Amino acid sequence: MAKLIFIGLGLGNEKGITLNGLETARSCDSAFMESYTSILEEGSVPKLEEMFGKKIHILDREGVETGMEVLEHAAREDVCFLVPGDAMSATTHVDMRLRAHALGIPTEIIGGVSAFTAIPAMLGLQNYKFGRTITVPIPEPNFNPTSFYERAHDNFKMGMHTLCLLDIQKDRGRFMTANQALEVLAIIEEDLQQDFMTPDRLVCVVARAGSEDCLAKAGYLKDMLKQDFGPPLHSIVIPGDLHFLEAKALVELAGAPAKILTEE
Amino acid sequence: MGRKEDNIKKAQALMNKPKQIRNLGICAHIDHGKTTLSDNLIAGAGMMSEELAGKQLLLDFDEQEQARGITINAANASMVHDYEGQEYLINLIDTPGHVDFGGDVTRAMRAVDGSIVLACAVEGVMPQTETVIRQSLKERVKPLLFINKVDRLINELEVTPEQMQARFIKIITEVNGLINKMVPAEFKKEWSLRVEEGSVAFGSAYHNWAISVPYMKESGITFKDIFEYCKQGKQKELAKKAPIHKILLDMAIDHHPNPLDAQKYRIPNIWHGDPESKIGKSMTDCNPNGPVAFMVTKIVLDPHAGEVAIGRLFSGTIKRGENLHILGMPNPNRTQQVSLSVGADRISVESICAGNIVAVTGLKDAIAGSTVSDDPEMEAFEKIVHYSEPVVTVAIEAKLMKDLPKLVEVLRSVAKADPSIQVEINQETGEHLMSGMGELHLEITEYRIKNEHKVEIKSSLPIVVYRESVDKLTPKEFEGKSPNKHNKFYITTEPLEENIIEFIKSGKVPSEGGRIKDARGLMMQMQELGMSKDEAKGIVAIFGPNLFIDMTKGIQNLHETMELCREGYIEVMKKGPLADERVMGVKVKLMDAKLHEDTIHRGPAQVIPAIRQGICGAMCLSGRVLLEPKQKVQISVPQDVMGAATREMQQRRSVIEDMTQEGDMVTIKSKAPVSEMFGFSNSIRSVTGGRAMWSTENCGFEKIPRELLDEVVGKIRTRKGLKAEPYDAAYYTS
Repeated sequence: MAKLIFIGLGLGNEKGITLNGLETARSCDSAFMESYTSILEEGSVPKLEEMFGKKIHILDREGVETGMEVLEHAAREDVCFLVPGDAMSATTHVDMRLRAHALGIPTEIIGGVSAFTAIPAMLGLQNYKFGRTITVPIPEPNFNPTSFYERAHDNFKMGMHTLCLLDIQKDRGRFMTANQALEVLAIIEEDLQQDFMTPDRLVCVVARAGSEDCLAKAGYLKDMLKQDFGPPLHSIVIPGDLHFLEAKALVELAGAPAKILTEE
Repeated sequence: MGRKEDNIKKAQALMNKPKQIRNLGICAHIDHGKTTLSDNLIAGAGMMSEELAGKQLLLDFDEQEQARGITINAANASMVHDYEGQEYLINLIDTPGHVDFGGDVTRAMRAVDGSIVLACAVEGVMPQTETVIRQSLKERVKPLLFINKVDRLINELEVTPEQMQARFIKIITEVNGLINKMVPAEFKKEWSLRVEEGSVAFGSAYHNWAISVPYMKESGITFKDIFEYCKQGKQKELAKKAPIHKILLDMAIDHHPNPLDAQKYRIPNIWHGDPESKIGKSMTDCNPNGPVAFMVTKIVLDPHAGEVAIGRLFSGTIKRGENLHILGMPNPNRTQQVSLSVGADRISVESICAGNIVAVTGLKDAIAGSTVSDDPEMEAFEKIVHYSEPVVTVAIEAKLMKDLPKLVEVLRSVAKADPSIQVEINQETGEHLMSGMGELHLEITEYRIKNEHKVEIKSSLPIVVYRESVDKLTPKEFEGKSPNKHNKFYITTEPLEENIIEFIKSGKVPSEGGRIKDARGLMMQMQELGMSKDEAKGIVAIFGPNLFIDMTKGIQNLHETMELCREGYIEVMKKGPLADERVMGVKVKLMDAKLHEDTIHRGPAQVIPAIRQGICGAMCLSGRVLLEPKQKVQISVPQDVMGAATREMQQRRSVIEDMTQEGDMVTIKSKAPVSEMFGFSNSIRSVTGGRAMWSTENCGFEKIPRELLDEVVGKIRTRKGLKAEPYDAAYYTS
């Protein structure tokens, strides 16, 4: 019976996939990969193709959103749909899954390592204390939303941390840097004057989570704005109230100013 | 010093004395003799030789104008005239009469304070006569009447003196009826025409004579004398006794307001800023020392000086080498030359002050309709609204590959100089669309592209412009989904109420990019027009005569996607689902929306297509209709060829609305689709042996008959390279 299997590729490079995922991908008849909301390091795809022993069809956004090609194949053979990170986390592919079901195609999910856990892990922050995740978009003409700032602020008021994912527009070769995102937040602060994203706010940046050259930094907004975090992908965390262990971890693991230990 | 040079000197001195200035426009139905009259006025004032006047058509200085014997541009000229021992500066604008160039007349009216409406004694009041009177009154420009071609009435139609007088009375009564119908209430009494007071004159522009009742009294010339002069071929003598320039310029000076008086009541009509502000006061006072307020009414292309902005200076003084702001443009422009116009010549001066019609070079960002000031914060003048919209389109391509980029530039410049021309530039195919008011309008513009701008072009045959609309409310909200299926917009469409369409078309609401400037004010106005409060409150955008209304309440995050909704809405209004034509008269309502939590999943790439799908789908279920442009066609023919003329009209899907007979002449009034009128000019000439007089006037868009819909839609779509059959609602659900 033909089926559609969503496989999370994990983070970094071709080595992020689980053994289960690898074996399943090998045994599938064809493989598709979503590539516009997240990416692996350069050169990972050919290596994955070698590991799987088959060609991977890269889909652009339209290809994923219409899902036609994937579903047509899945109707007659085993198809795996590869997603960087976890299969269902950042960009949910639940719509494609539901449409497969509507066509009578069974589905499976094989999870992958996700930024949702990797980022708190690198910073030593506790997963229990995160509020709603936000994404900071690259501002465009006629699209200058501020709701993500408000969500983060809501989290903050309740003492919760906020994981901020950053816009990826691979089709246009644009990856938002932590600096750009912090600037967007600072500009909204200027407009809304909520005393939230002020120059002295403690923020954390994680770059290339899951890669060998990954980096975690914590510091005040005004200082972080000036730092160079290297190539993409970047993410930000805006910590809420810090547990004493979290504060210690930020100083120790991410170079936060020691002052935060005594600020409580 | 010649008389012309002498006059130029006098004109420069008079510029600064507003009480001795009259700004006037000459307007009429086509071929009623405007340009001949203008030339004779200029000649009489010593600006050209009297022998040439009436034959040279000085103001028709465009080659095309001379060749076709009609005026295409609104040309302007200043002259000096002596009245009761005092010298006056007359700033004159001659306007085109052909219906295709009506936009020029509307704009010219903004610049002047008084108009002389010409009516041909033979043809009488024609459709365009009514139009120009309306255009004049709308701008609070006081009309006077000149009944022209009296000599033809006498010599060709061989009327008796009594019949002649009866005909004059008929024309005056008709014109007065039109004025009374349309004049602002406060001028009702003052502005009606009275023969005995001399606000009407009679004469022959071609033969250079005119007469008014006061002048008859003064000179002792009677109607009977006139009759005799004409009969005996002694019009030259008459022209000596009653020279047209004297009679008409006397009339204008006597009856038209000077800029000081006129600006007091005209400014509140054309400018909606604070009347108590510095600029407001300065304009109503016509103050030469106040801030600059200059309204550009025309851009002409001069081979040497480049683009020349011509318009009315309502306040302040424009000097050479001064930085001025074109409102709405980011950077100021520096004036180069400031000049008065005399026929085709422009006389450069150091500065010109408020109350005059001015020509300025260097204002490179200005277009016809721009407000120019030294204060970038000045409130702009009310938009000059022309009643008709383009109805005919041609596709234009550059003949030579190397001209591709130049053509784009030229088309932009053409559209800038003539706002009645709309161009749609398609960089991908290189096939650009140019739309205008009629066949002739486009033909002339093409000629200019070839000869003035020196770009060789290929153009398609003209086709008419269609509009899309709907004829009922969507039975059920239509769901428009975003490509990622995470956002849904629920939309209905329905026909927009007629009175609201009219209101939008009147230009009283800003529609740039569809954005609303004064939401509260608009809400009040809409409610006054009978719209419910909920709808009036939710208006997000106006584009073309279409509304986009947000009927939702309290949907989180919707506000930050609203700009994207507006974009999607405008895309559909520009290209409807039926045939990719503009949409007209549709009310689009957003009833509900479901949005994804995360911003990134409801960005431009998601929301714009979702709204587009939603509106297109809703329109499919609202009974899509196609509208086509219609024309009023009026034909006067001798009785024996009446049958041929009516047959000709009937072949063109027209409806005959009225037929009247006067003597041997029958006047047929009908309404026909513009698409059926191509080539009419030649056909009517051949079937009536050239004995028909006819005129057309665009009169808006109407539904095309149901039985023709599929065929016409199929043709349009095929021409545009689309599949012949339009998509149905199901297509827009995915």
